Amino acid sequence: MPETVRRIRVQCEINRRPVTLQAFPMERLLDVLRERAGLTGTKEGCGEGECGACSVEMDGALVNSCLVPALQAQGAKIRTIEGVARDNRLHAVQQAFLTHGGAQCGICTPGMILAAVNLLAQNPQPSEPEIREGLAGNLCRCTGYTKIFESVVQACRARERE
Amino acid sequence: MRSYVPEYEMEEAGDLSATLERMAREPGVWKPFAGGTDLMVLLEAGKLPHRKYVSIWKLPELRGIEVAPEHVMLGALTTYAEVRRHGILAREFPLLCHAAAETGSIATQNRGTLGGNIANASPAADSPPALLVYDAELELISASGSRWVPYHGFWSGYKQTDLRPDELIRRIRLPRSKTDWKQVYRKVGTRRAQAISKVCLAAAARVSQGQIRDVRIAVGSVAPSVLRAVETEKALRGERLTPAILQVAQTTLAREIAPIDDMRSTARYRRRIAQNLLASFCETIST
Amino acid sequence: MPTLEAPVIGTSVPRTEGRGKVLGSARYVDDLVFPNMLFGATVRSPVARGRIRAIHFETGIPWSEFTIATAKDIPSKNCVALLIEDQPCLAEQAVNHPEEAVVLLAHPDKYLLEQARRSVRIEIDPLPAIFTATDSLARKQVIWGEDNVFKSFHVEKGDVDTVWRNADFVVEGQYETGAQEQLYIEPQGMIAQASPSEGVTVWGSLQCPYYVHKALVRLFGLPKDRVRVVQTETGGGFGGKEEYPSMLACHAALLAWKSARPVKIIYDRAEDMAATTKRHPSETRHRTAVSREGKLLAMEIDFTLDGGAYQTLSPVVLSRGTIHAAGPYHCPNVRIRSRVVATNTPPHGAFRGFGAPQSVFALERHLDRVARVIGLPPDELRRRNFIQQGQALAVRQVIHEKVDLGRLMDRAFELSGYHAKRTRFQQENQQSAIKKGIGFATFLHGAGFTGSGEEYLASEAIVEATREGRVRILAGSTEIGQGTNTVFTQIAAEALGLNCDQIEIMQPDTALVPNSGPTVASRTTMIVGKLVESAARAVQQSLFSSGVLEPGYGPEDFPDACRQYIDKFGALQALVKYQHPQDLHWDDERYQGDAYGAYAWATYVAEVSVDTHTAEVRVEDFVAVQEVGKVINPVLAAGQIEGGVAQGIGFALYENVVWQEGRMVNGQMTNYIVATSMDVPPIRVFFEETPYARGPAGAKGIGELPLDGTAPAIANAIANATGADIRRVPVTPETLLEILESIDA
Repeated sequence: MPETVRRIRVQCEINRRPVTLQAFPMERLLDVLRERAGLTGTKEGCGEGECGACSVEMDGALVNSCLVPALQAQGAKIRTIEGVARDNRLHAVQQAFLTHGGAQCGICTPGMILAAVNLLAQNPQPSEPEIREGLAGNLCRCTGYTKIFESVVQACRARERE
Repeated sequence: MRSYVPEYEMEEAGDLSATLERMAREPGVWKPFAGGTDLMVLLEAGKLPHRKYVSIWKLPELRGIEVAPEHVMLGALTTYAEVRRHGILAREFPLLCHAAAETGSIATQNRGTLGGNIANASPAADSPPALLVYDAELELISASGSRWVPYHGFWSGYKQTDLRPDELIRRIRLPRSKTDWKQVYRKVGTRRAQAISKVCLAAAARVSQGQIRDVRIAVGSVAPSVLRAVETEKALRGERLTPAILQVAQTTLAREIAPIDDMRSTARYRRRIAQNLLASFCETIST
Repeated sequence: MPTLEAPVIGTSVPRTEGRGKVLGSARYVDDLVFPNMLFGATVRSPVARGRIRAIHFETGIPWSEFTIATAKDIPSKNCVALLIEDQPCLAEQAVNHPEEAVVLLAHPDKYLLEQARRSVRIEIDPLPAIFTATDSLARKQVIWGEDNVFKSFHVEKGDVDTVWRNADFVVEGQYETGAQEQLYIEPQGMIAQASPSEGVTVWGSLQCPYYVHKALVRLFGLPKDRVRVVQTETGGGFGGKEEYPSMLACHAALLAWKSARPVKIIYDRAEDMAATTKRHPSETRHRTAVSREGKLLAMEIDFTLDGGAYQTLSPVVLSRGTIHAAGPYHCPNVRIRSRVVATNTPPHGAFRGFGAPQSVFALERHLDRVARVIGLPPDELRRRNFIQQGQALAVRQVIHEKVDLGRLMDRAFELSGYHAKRTRFQQENQQSAIKKGIGFATFLHGAGFTGSGEEYLASEAIVEATREGRVRILAGSTEIGQGTNTVFTQIAAEALGLNCDQIEIMQPDTALVPNSGPTVASRTTMIVGKLVESAARAVQQSLFSSGVLEPGYGPEDFPDACRQYIDKFGALQALVKYQHPQDLHWDDERYQGDAYGAYAWATYVAEVSVDTHTAEVRVEDFVAVQEVGKVINPVLAAGQIEGGVAQGIGFALYENVVWQEGRMVNGQMTNYIVATSMDVPPIRVFFEETPYARGPAGAKGIGELPLDGTAPAIANAIANATGADIRRVPVTPETLLEILESIDA
């Protein structure tokens, strides 16, 4: 029988709420979120940091949660898809995805939305090449990306109007 | 097939000296773990044989970019995202910024570190060719002291470096000596983003009055480790660029590299493209 | 007259299940947790072919905590029932492909489960294996049936043999396509609950609940009403979840049966790529006789598919590939001989396009070459041979609708700037290391099951209304991202004169919904949508006939009418069963007749740039023009084409399955390359509408269409840019470099 190490206590903030979770030190943050915190919005598509379905924000930076060990989430401020809408109001990106066809099967959508939200937080009016680059770490097999770009562009316009 | 995660240990040892002490006490038992973008992939694939890691991610001494008159110092934990954002690096070390921009994705760039990249020593890594062109030097620290080594020659084989089991890379020093050199970085990958390199060329030359005064050429993915093409440099150094000299340089390069067939590409393709990239570089520097 | 604020059909109604998707609250199978649940894993054959000698369970694992299942535990028949029953659920005495499932394990700890999986050793005496269609046809080993041939077809029209001698030109060519991995971003997954007393229930990521149902019934020998299949929100399918989920469901259910606990099996990406189906690799040989004036006189086509180790759906893939092999052209003499054969690789299966991308690639590449030989521009060759109303396709299906494929092609050329660019690129290429090119493909795609297939399926759909006036659609069709839920909602809303938010789609659950046939073959909108439309109209008619509702009602009148009707008569429901049109005749023996109820027609134009220093190809612009009957939801329809084109770009340029002894060795997303957001060009989509009388609101099927024409348009563009005579996809830089160097030499 392989030896089992002790679980550690990870104290962090998830979607603006302080949370304490037990996890193995090298357990993936993805699994900590989905299984320990019960937040299943973040998805697993590849387990190798290629598809971006597991994208979350950690201390404001977009990361692939399948590549972050639980120990390193200690003290971090994490935002998942569940934390993007506020008080039942959809983020402009979420609304745009709904209106402009940015989501088809939806499995890449949480990660894609996080990537887009993160991009707009740093660059409120990105050019099309900047949108393409900002989303290049999120694979989508359904849309061909076209309506995802349109959704992000429309979200920028909507935010500008606000 | 996933590794048995519950048997993997990771701890923070405390501060930098506590970390070095632990690594010195039992050399090779606790291995450093930075951003995890390489190691976690291996963990997921069931290919991570080592089980005990000391997390260095939060050690402040390993972070930060300092600009001095003669050189720039980058902490080993400098991420690709930080490289891309830095004004001086963008102006004076464009090849490194270019490499950082082509590494993985935004999410990878937020967690991948230069030190991790160097220690992992993949021959396909994107930054090492740029670091070689810039004559990078590494500061290695341990509980018993520190030493500076040139990055060129820092490896002993495929994914093997001269880093001792009790050592950490602390800083990378880049002399600010090539600001007036013509510089080219070209990575040929499997696609436009998130691509592992098939061939990667970083090169810079100081040209005056039509003569190549000095040159650096480094190539990735064509040998067991990143390669500084010293023979090819010799073929160009001091010469005027003519079709004949280019021919000699290309032939030398073909001999100097040792590309292989693998699931991503072929030796033949890599050799030809490396030569083509060299030709493009020469064309750039002769205008 | 029903009054509506705005028409529903033709409007981009937002995806009805979209809110959950953008919030992250949509529940996919791995999001579900059942009390007392075990995780399941599969131990697989490491060799391509051999006899199982023994199974060893190594020390160091607490085996008594595990549920272990092998073929011996299968209650009824050890097979995954599909068209036939040749594929075992678990290999018993022999294995016939790498990764074939042999042992199943379950345990509550998913980490320990992986450790255990590594600790099972299957001892196999290897047998010689075959890995290519060529070796299979040569019968180097006979690994299936008498001769390795799963199925073959022979189509004859006219008399090709009399034509060759007198033809002005005869052009031959051979073309190949590689395997392609569906790479849905949500890996395969299933949860099962089973016991001899309760029966079997599975929840999972799947396209065809009734296929899974059939397989479970057969495996367990249970009555049909003791097996229940529920589709969870599914993260992409593309055909990859057409047949494979039956295997996975059988595995999960077997473990659940044996352990008396719910069992969840979720594949990791590496396992999914290694063990599940791929697009059938193909080889096509063309021989074409053509007159000086560019008229097609005879086409002889030989088409071979590699089916992998078991039959699965290969005969149907072959069928579609065969019927599409001669394209949208009129040719008086055609012979098509085709076959799909066995190799010791994991069985190949459904992937969007289903045989047609393979044969259309060959045809459209070939015709460009034919044009070159006779000295005609490639578009002129097409124009002179496009099928016209009243003419017959190769399988002798007479096209009764008015088609003007020349005009469709011209529109695509206008939108893409084809002619001007062709001229300009020819000039500019002379001074540039980056060669630009523009190419096209003209093609068709038949929607629905071939021939008598729809009749055989006998699909059903139900529309019912509740006492509160909510309308429910009950169909076995699944939403997998393509927009089924929304399109059905729109169809029913239009038919009933209601708002979309008064309509609900029932989750596909075989306990509740009828069998509407599989969600494949571009049939869901066209065939099942029509059933929904008819059922909705029938419900409306019931309300009219009973007097509780008057024509001209508004949506707000509907609930009260339902209440009155139900209080008086009981349920308000209509079940509609598919009726095969009387005037469609298909001869299965001679393989000719009305193959499909409707075809969508298209011209796709691809603009590429080729960096001759690196042999990298970049698609710079893409125009997709298609006639589709009726666009029910413009955003969803365009989304289908855009996504299909992106997959077609992958098929053409990036997606290379690297095989070694029958095993895919590049089964990670790092090494199996699909397009990222930085690899796709602007994809410009345009629709034309010639309503198809039998489709709902006139709609035809479109889901697979884009996979047929994208790769050949790109291949033709590369040929235009560089002179490279492309014969194979994917066109990797490595292969293109060799071709370019041989041109220079």
